[in-house]
Amino acid sequence: MTREEMNKLVEAGVRSSVENVCTTMLGCPVEVGEPKLIGHPLQESDGVVALIGMAGPWIGTGALTCKPDLARRLAGAFLMSEYDEVNDEVLDAIAELANMVIGNLKTIIEEIVGPMGLSTPTTIYGASFTTKIGGSQEWTLIPVKVLDGDLLIQICLLPNDQGRGHHRLDIVGHMVTRG
Amino acid sequence: MPLDVLVVDDSAAIRKILQRVLAQTELPLGTILEAGDGLEAIERLKANNVGLVLSDINMPNMDGIELLTQMRANPMWKSIPVVMITTEGSQQKVLEAVDLGAAGYVRKPFTADQIKEKLVGLV
Repeated sequence: MTREEMNKLVEAGVRSSVENVCTTMLGCPVEVGEPKLIGHPLQESDGVVALIGMAGPWIGTGALTCKPDLARRLAGAFLMSEYDEVNDEVLDAIAELANMVIGNLKTIIEEIVGPMGLSTPTTIYGASFTTKIGGSQEWTLIPVKVLDGDLLIQICLLPNDQGRGHHRLDIVGHMVTRG
Repeated sequence: MPLDVLVVDDSAAIRKILQRVLAQTELPLGTILEAGDGLEAIERLKANNVGLVLSDINMPNMDGIELLTQMRANPMWKSIPVVMITTEGSQQKVLEAVDLGAAGYVRKPFTADQIKEKLVGLV
């Protein structure tokens, strides 16, 4: 499988996965936007990021990013509760949503490329921090409109023999990390 | 006598959702106990009279496959039904759990009806 073919599979897989998770677990419609590829993995972030590693014949990372206000509303819909702040329950809910979205994507991918493993999620919450993924590989960015907010799903996968050592994540800023 | 149910998942969010879903099933269930991984689940099994286990597969410290293996090797616990609730859709993991005697599995995301359907024949 080429990287172009994998990118297409990721785009279709994320669309199917995020629609399934949001309608089943949140009971709300979603609007999945047009995916795009970026080659400069440096991002200013302000809010919640949930990261999950994938490994197997292809290796990489999936990330789910949103602002604190959307994180509270997503957790509220997921757990049928109300949250005034981003606390442990909110971070745990966002981690589990990422686990479902990336986990379902992994299931779709492994039907084509063979068994893949998934790490447990790590969540980061903070203001004005910068994330930089080592290496210069392209990431697929998929914007999602849900609960009147913007959720961003980012995936990078490389063939295992090219991907080793290229997925170091550097984070600069003030944040809370949970994993 | 209602069965006590043990919910095993490293996600507190999923444990909370399953507590709510189990309460909605109107099945004759007793106390809902929780554990964050397989090791905690073993402690709950030792201290309580558990009649049904719902377990994730991917967990730190001890995963759901190892928990199932230990339960099947223990005469006290080997007949307790275990339903796997997981994002793991791979045939490899599912077949491994079924080979070890899992009573069934439900993929995340799940609906309350899917959980109830799996449990109806077990309680």
